[in-house]
Amino acid sequence: MMLKISNLTTHYGPSQALFGLDLHIGTGEVATLLGRNGMGKTTTINSIMGIVPASGGSITFDGVELVGRASFKTANLGLGLVPEGRQIFPNLTLEENLIATASNHLKQDNPWTMDKVLNMFPSLQDRRKFMGNLLSGGEQQMLAIGRALMTNPKLLILDEATEGLAPLVRQIIWDALALIRETGTSILVVDKNLKDLLRLADRNFIIERGKIVWSGTSDELRADREALHRYLGV
Amino acid sequence: MDYTLLIVQMLNGLQLGLLLFLVASGLTLVFGILDFVNLAHGSIYMVGAFICASLTLWLGNFLLAVVIALPLTGAVGYAIEVLVARRLYDKDHLDHVLGTFGLILVLDTLAHMIWGPAGITVPLPAWLDGQVEIFDGAVIPTFRLLIIAVGLAVAGGLFWLVNYTKLGMLIRAGASNRTMVAALGVDIQTLFALVFALGAMLAGLAGMLIAPITTASIGMGGQIIITAFVVIIIGGIGSMKGAFIAALLVGVIDTMGRSFLDSGFALFMSRDAAETAAPAVSAMMIYILMAAILAFKPQGLFPPKVR
Ligand SMILES: Nc1ncnc2c1ncn2[C@@H]1O[C@H](COP(=O)(O)OP(=O)(O)O)[C@@H](O)[C@H]1O
Ligand SMILES: [Mg+2]
Repeated sequence: MMLKISNLTTHYGPSQALFGLDLHIGTGEVATLLGRNGMGKTTTINSIMGIVPASGGSITFDGVELVGRASFKTANLGLGLVPEGRQIFPNLTLEENLIATASNHLKQDNPWTMDKVLNMFPSLQDRRKFMGNLLSGGEQQMLAIGRALMTNPKLLILDEATEGLAPLVRQIIWDALALIRETGTSILVVDKNLKDLLRLADRNFIIERGKIVWSGTSDELRADREALHRYLGV
Repeated sequence: MDYTLLIVQMLNGLQLGLLLFLVASGLTLVFGILDFVNLAHGSIYMVGAFICASLTLWLGNFLLAVVIALPLTGAVGYAIEVLVARRLYDKDHLDHVLGTFGLILVLDTLAHMIWGPAGITVPLPAWLDGQVEIFDGAVIPTFRLLIIAVGLAVAGGLFWLVNYTKLGMLIRAGASNRTMVAALGVDIQTLFALVFALGAMLAGLAGMLIAPITTASIGMGGQIIITAFVVIIIGGIGSMKGAFIAALLVGVIDTMGRSFLDSGFALFMSRDAAETAAPAVSAMMIYILMAAILAFKPQGLFPPKVR
């Protein structure tokens, strides 16, 4: 397993958000983390990345323990984050957003370059000199994906991949994720659009109140009407 | 109006402004990016002056002394970041003020122990000690011209660093969202320490450049730090461009006020009254300027947009 989370607990001060969560992703796999608002998806991702400290349990990435590890060291093991709310640097141009944190710590072959990113998202081409805060939501999301790719991750993590985007832009994002998957990069994705997600995913995890309550393949989930209804309200 | 004097005083104002910029640039970087109030920034200016003074006396060569003193002062800044500042970032501004005020006392006492209570005069090489006539009757010390040249070169270098290098991009990104910079694999703590050391080096450089004019002395940081804060507040905290323009404004207005205010006042009041009032008012000029600018632009002239 590339990423293996066991019995993870996370607290915000006195209040507990994750209650012994288990999740795993294999090399080259696409996994989804599904669940209603406030169930702990972002907390899980932030615990993996060391943005929020886990209070117990274990997260290993290629065998390296991530709990208690500094955020930047975790990222440099090959985890690329596309965070909720995109978090584009507003005072940097689009180009600078891509360059500033670019790296290839794992010395991957065929590393991502600005040209490759701009080829994948052609609509960013003529926005290169725009400040981050002047980009549209869709452009920001494409940029956030590009920015993460420019760190040449082995696992790309997307929190709310298409939230608040127009259908056309969503399709661009889904196509891009399919392309990224082709390159052998593993993906952990959180989103609300079940149909697109299930088409992309190898494995799905449903979280409820800080615990994984269901996991299985996309076919299994499509077939499990009760789980869909009970946990996701569809 | 005496135009020769006016031009000479403009150059003096420019020179003062550029020295102020050297101090203020580090201050605005650290305040802007780390949200850290560093009162001891002026003490680093003093430390730079003393290190350079000792080296000049020892090596007998001022310029070589500056070249060696720069990295040493940067190292002092790095040590201060790791030992003191880093522990205070999470605390509020009052803690920063108290902590760095303590640091001023410690550095002043250390300087007293190492260099003694008297100031150290820094001798200049002969070729820098003279004067040049820029045109008919307008004479300016060669060394002041050097300060202007160095100040402009450093300003240009900083502009390039902040705007066109990857380090500069990371500095700006770190100012707006350090969590995200770290989550993308950058060791933000080390980056901040480097910024701190760079700021220390620049403040130290200002101290080194002023020492041949005023001597290196204990407490020399006290006055400049207040003026430097005025500069970064006028310029917009965190803005390098703002610090540059505000430093030049403050330098020129302060110098002009001191030299011409009395003759200005004499136009509408008695010479005696003008000579009493002018020094008092000229000492307040930069604060009046700050108040006037903040009345129209509460965030300063160029508030960086980081959120
Ligand atoms: N910064 C925070 N401080 C306190 N509680 C938080 C914080 N962030 C999230 N929570 C709580 O943790 C729970 C999980 O939130 P979150 O992980 O953001 O959910 P999701 O991403 O699934 O919508 C929620 O009950 C939320 O209120
Ligand atoms: Mg969320």
